[in-house]
Amino acid sequence: MIENAPFFCAGLLVVIGLVVIVTKKDLIKMVMGLALVEAGGVNLLLVATGYLSGGVAPIFTNAPSTAMVMPTVQAMTLTNIVIGIATTALLLSFVMVISRKYGTRDVTEMRRLKE
Amino acid sequence: MKNTFQIGILVVCAAAFLMAGLNLSFGGAPAYTDMDDYMLAHGQEETGSNNIVTGVVFDYRGFDTLGEATVLFTVVLGAGLVFRRLGKKEDEYEYE
Amino acid sequence: MNMSSLVRSGGANIMMPFILVYGFYIVVHGHLTPPGGGFQGGAVIATAVVLLMVAYSRAEVRASVSKNVLKNSETLGLLLFIGTALLALTAGLAFFGNWLLDAGTLFGTPVAFGINPPGDINTGGIIPVLNIAVGIEVLGAMGILLLAMLGGMKGDAE
Repeated sequence: MIENAPFFCAGLLVVIGLVVIVTKKDLIKMVMGLALVEAGGVNLLLVATGYLSGGVAPIFTNAPSTAMVMPTVQAMTLTNIVIGIATTALLLSFVMVISRKYGTRDVTEMRRLKE
Repeated sequence: MKNTFQIGILVVCAAAFLMAGLNLSFGGAPAYTDMDDYMLAHGQEETGSNNIVTGVVFDYRGFDTLGEATVLFTVVLGAGLVFRRLGKKEDEYEYE
Repeated sequence: MNMSSLVRSGGANIMMPFILVYGFYIVVHGHLTPPGGGFQGGAVIATAVVLLMVAYSRAEVRASVSKNVLKNSETLGLLLFIGTALLALTAGLAFFGNWLLDAGTLFGTPVAFGINPPGDINTGGIIPVLNIAVGIEVLGAMGILLLAMLGGMKGDAE
């Protein structure tokens, strides 16, 4: 249990994000849940996958030792951060447009699709 | 009724993610490290970069970074388009 | 102008050059030091725009930060990125080939293998060029997004 706490915490972050997405009614909180899934859980899972015990960051400048963690997952994490920022910014733009058009951010009060 | 359905789906998803997190073994020893060992051993001479992560991002996975930059460009295009339509209607918006 | 706005603008004026220098350091040392890379450095430079938005009013931000410069810098960054990658074809390499590596010219010093304590900024081939291109592009993209969100906001915060 305690030795794979990083993976468990990654799963926990994903679950918290899903619960926020499904249960909250505010659009900004839903975007926050999505950001929690993709920026919290997925990045923690990726970095924890490549961890080598006793390893240092894969950078040769002033490196304390040559035992290094895996570089590929860190590159994928960098990609994921940028894509997460991009999607979050686009979603927040849509939220701004929607809230200005309907006057509210509550998804239950937007009646356009129901009627 | 609808609420219990939602809660049931959430419980199933939570159980799946948490069981997966519990069953993965975090031992500090990754199972398959051939590609990363190659990159750590040869990355400095093949890319000329001390920072292997930068070497992977900009040299080994250059196409990935190109797509990433394109995604960023597309997001800016989309946001500009959305806000431009908004400004035409309410005459309050100054984004050119 | 009341007192809190004076404190905000004064603090922003003091912190602004340090933020810009730190962001530029991260961009150009992307192939040497730990927090390096064009994406991170561009994001750090874009926080200067956030600082301006926090410290000054909308009219002052709009007067000091030009949207056309940010737009052109984003386009220029992406074009520089693709152009640097395409120039590898003229050197007989594949797309994204490292055509400046060990060439002796710009960023062309052969890197010392293994752990080298100081590091040499003149190494890396096209990687520093791509870092600078991506830094310019991320700076423009983040700045445009922030300014668009500021412009689309309802009512004036000031």
